[in-house]
Order: sequence, then structure tokens, then C-alpha cells
Amino acid sequence: MDRSVNLLDVALGFGEHQVSDQSPLSGKVVVIEDCVETSGSFVLHQIMKRLLSPPSSSHSLIFLAFARPFSHYDRILRKLGCNLAAQKANNRLVFVDMLMMKCSDGEEDNVSAVAKLFREIQATVRKLRSVTDTNITVMVDDMSLLEISATNSHHVLDFLHYCHTLTSDSNCSLVILNHEDIYLSLERPAYLLQMVCLADVVIKAEPLASGLANDVHGQLTVLNKGISSNSRNKLQNFQFRIKENGIEYFYPGSRT
Amino acid sequence: MAAPNVRTSSFSRNRSVVSSPQTPGLKCGPNGTTFVSTGIRDLDRILGGGYPLGSLVMVMEDPEAPHHMDLLRTFMSQGLVNSQPLLYASPSKDPRGFLGTLPNPGSSKEDKPTAPDPDQGESLRIAWQYRKYMENQKNAIDDYSNDFDMRKPLERQFVAGRPIDCVSLLDSSDLSVAQDHCATFLSKFPRNSSNIASVGRIAIQSFCSPLCEYSDKESDMLSFIRLLKSMLMVSNAVAIVTFPPSMLSPSSSTRLQHMADTLLSIKAIPDGDKDLEKLLTGYKDINGFLNVHKVARINTQVPVILEAQTFSMSLKKRRFLALECLNQAPVDGSSGTSYGTSGSCSGSSSKSGALDF
Repeated sequence: MDRSVNLLDVALGFGEHQVSDQSPLSGKVVVIEDCVETSGSFVLHQIMKRLLSPPSSSHSLIFLAFARPFSHYDRILRKLGCNLAAQKANNRLVFVDMLMMKCSDGEEDNVSAVAKLFREIQATVRKLRSVTDTNITVMVDDMSLLEISATNSHHVLDFLHYCHTLTSDSNCSLVILNHEDIYLSLERPAYLLQMVCLADVVIKAEPLASGLANDVHGQLTVLNKGISSNSRNKLQNFQFRIKENGIEYFYPGSRT
Repeated sequence: MAAPNVRTSSFSRNRSVVSSPQTPGLKCGPNGTTFVSTGIRDLDRILGGGYPLGSLVMVMEDPEAPHHMDLLRTFMSQGLVNSQPLLYASPSKDPRGFLGTLPNPGSSKEDKPTAPDPDQGESLRIAWQYRKYMENQKNAIDDYSNDFDMRKPLERQFVAGRPIDCVSLLDSSDLSVAQDHCATFLSKFPRNSSNIASVGRIAIQSFCSPLCEYSDKESDMLSFIRLLKSMLMVSNAVAIVTFPPSMLSPSSSTRLQHMADTLLSIKAIPDGDKDLEKLLTGYKDINGFLNVHKVARINTQVPVILEAQTFSMSLKKRRFLALECLNQAPVDGSSGTSYGTSGSCSGSSSKSGALDF
């Protein structure tokens, strides 16, 4: 068990709470921000694996896939040692394929498309809750694509707030991937600010300032705003190297 | 695309690995991907095999350099030579006219005869048992990619009667026409099983060109690319889209870059730049620079770290497009510390300047 807990897990609060069934993320919002140079999707994969693999048997995951088809995640997670197809059959993973989502047919439809999506999520949460008392996580990969398909960013903001109510009402967790660099040029990136404001944990994936390297793929900055049991670990920074079967995390300069 | 039978174990036999694809012009890649050739051997090598099927390639244009056209031309020619259907869209009145500028396959090693010399075969008798492998290998390479003679127009036999769809982006006020064309085109190549019957190629030139009527509707353009990408992911096709990032707002440009599976950019080389001339060997031959920002990551989370990101584009023998790592010219020991560090001069932040060392 100890072996599989890495720096990111610790920063998120996994590893200490394993005694109880309660997930350290329940009721929290995790926002992952990345940029063109460094993709942050591996963090999603890791959290996915952590939630679905055996020690935490009381987790369910609702995955909104805007970016990739199921086969992509299936292959990646299989290499990480987690079988998504089986989890899907067990109803522990609800995979919502949003690739073809289209809501550009006028304003009225537009509202309903995003609202409909939320209702779908809400219904799924209720259904999962009715079976067992599980921890439910809603994952979005990625939010910027929802923004594009919704065309109106206000609706996306509404969606975000609706989803946020899930965390307080049903104690769900919300894990969102978004791209930070899209908003950097905007004068008032309301959307990004709202998201960071709602977030309990912000994970930022960046490239190394010194450029590309073969053995260090980038750095993560984890800001844990939540009331963690050990409050000293609020802001953490470490580097990572992505491999097929897992991710190596290490503090800068500590790699042998 | 869920597998019909649910595996209960994480281990499963991958049957598709054993049988290499029978269709010419395809190459098996890692993680169950299949590559098609870019039409430039050097670029194939740099990208680890070519463009993977189902990927979206975005090329950022430089208003001062037309080399994105070369990438499009070789990509299209390679598809036609491998008899793959093609969809081409551009903001010109007569997009079909562009087909006349496509390069013809030629051999970059003209000096040597293409057929294996029988005498040479005799002298290599020691390795006779390997000969069939060598020939196999050679055939495989020729099936997959060609060298293109940029000065010779593509022969008619490759164009005439081939399924080529040309769309002008000028005709319509919105992107729905182009979208319909892409949808009908891609519906011919559904990805259902491991055997690939045919492969389609889509080339869209100067997507956000101000000539198009929709050029002020950035959200339309973004959703078009998003839908194109979604459709590509479930079909056996590759799309290459070139766009001028300077014509878009920075945030839209970044969004497009995020959506790209493979992201390339073209940079013009300043003419008669004395400093650069001193720095680079073969400065005179370099036509422009190609930056590789992102290499497609399909079915994997591991990023591809290239040895260098910036490559020089030049024409070998004035005909064949070649990409090379930048080679720093030897400098005087007194003035420079970077003597002979060839190849490793990757521009980590190529946005800031034309060249970073």
C-alpha cells in the first residue's frame, strides 16, 4: 500500500485516510490546469486509477469525456493496472461520451443542452446513491471543450455552479481538467477565476523553465485550500516523469 | 468504442499486433495506433513513424513563409500515390487547381539505379540468405512513403479518376458546407475492427483566412475543429489543418493548439541575416524552419520528447524536401563556448524569438 502512494496522492490527502471509507476528496472540487506544452491529463488518469482500484471499493466515477473516446482511456488505464471495461460493467464507472455533443442550434437549444447534461449527471448520481452509499466523483475532460460546444460561456459557468451544488448536496467530488493558457491573454478571465475560486485543490502542470528534458517531463504545483489534517502541506511543488505504468514524482533536485 | 466483450482481467491478448496491416501506405505504431506517411521521410522519422490515424494535425502558418503549403502538398501527394481518398478545402476560388501543384514521387538517390544491381547482389553473396529480408524491407518502405520531387507536377495517373473532393471555403457564409463534406467523407472510413480497409486524408488550407466570410466567428471555427477532431477519433483518417495564428485572438489560437494532436509551426528564415549565417551551417540552403510543438499521444499518456524541436527545411538537390536538426557552425574558441554542439539546440520557447539556442 505504502509503495503505491506517491507525492501527488499525499498532496491530495490519499494515503492517510485509508482506514475510513471516506475519500479525502469527497465534497471537494479539484481543478487541474495545464498548458499546450505540458498536458495535465495524466493527473486525471491517476485519480481515476486511485478511485477505481481495489482498496477504495466504495467509489463510483462519472466521467464526461469531451476529449477522447473510451478506447483511449481504456488503454491507458489498463497499462496503469485498472480495467475500465470491467468497472463499467460493474456500474462503478459511468462513461458519458460527449465527443459529438453539439449545441450550436440557437440559444434555446443551447441552454437545454448544457442543462440537459447536468440533469443527466444528477439522475446518475441519484441512481448510484440509491444502490449503495458510495463516494461519487464527477470528472470532466476537459472543460474548455465544453465551452466550445456550448458557445456561450455563461452556460458553462452555470454548469460549473450546478456541479458545485452536487459537491455540497450529495457530497460528490468534482475533478475538472482545464487549460490555463487559453485565458492568459484575456483581460478578465472570469471563467478561470471562478473555477479557481470554487476549487479546493488546484493542480497546475507546467513545463520546466529550462526546457524539455527526457527524464523530467514537467512540474506540478498543488495548492490544497481545503482544511487538510496537516496544514503545513498547503502548497507543494514537485516534478514528474510520466511512464506507461505510472508516474514518478520527486522533489526538484532529489532525483538520483 | 467499447469492446463488445467485457474483459474481466486487465491482460488480454492483442490479436491485431501480429498481423501487420495489409493495406499499403500504413504502418503499425505503438499502442495500437497505425501511421500514415507525412510524405516527407524526415518528418516521418521525427514524429516516430508519421501521423497516426485518427489524429488532427494543426500547422501554424507564418505569413512570411509559404512552407505550410509544402507540408500540405507532400501530405496530399503521398495519399494520392498510396491511392487514399482525399478531401481538400481551401479559401481559393478554384481549389482543384491546387492539385496541379502537387509534387511527383521521385527517387532522391538518382545516381544509383533503382533496381538492385545484379552484380552487386553477387558480391554480397555472404549475406544471400538475408537478401529476401532486405527486399521485403525495401518494398515495405516504398509502399509506405516516397520522396517527392517538388519541381515535378504529380502525374495524371495519380489524380485522374481518384476520389478527390475539393471544397472552396469562400463559397459559404458559414462552415456548415465544409462540415457536411467532412462528415460525409469521414463516414466512409468508420473504425470498427482491427483490419483497415481504406484510409482517408483531409487537408484544409489556411483555415482561419480573413478571406472567408466566417472569419469573424471564432466560436464557429472552434466548434468546427472540435467536431472534426471528434469525427476523426472514430474514423480511419488523418486531417491536417493549417491556420494563421496571427489572424485569431490569442485565446482562440491557444484553443486550437490544445485541440491539435500533432502541432507544428512554420517559421520564415530572415533573409541575409549575418548573425544567423555565422551561427548555422548551410544557412544559404535553408528555406525555413519547422517547429514540432506536440507529437500525437493516442492511447498513451507518455509525452514524446524530441531531441530537437526546431528543424531546418531545405531542398536537397533543389528538389527533395529535407528536414534537419539545426547545426551550429563551428565558432572561434575565443568567442563562443558552444563549439560543435550539433543537434541539441532545441528551442524550448520558440515563441519568444525565431531561434533559441
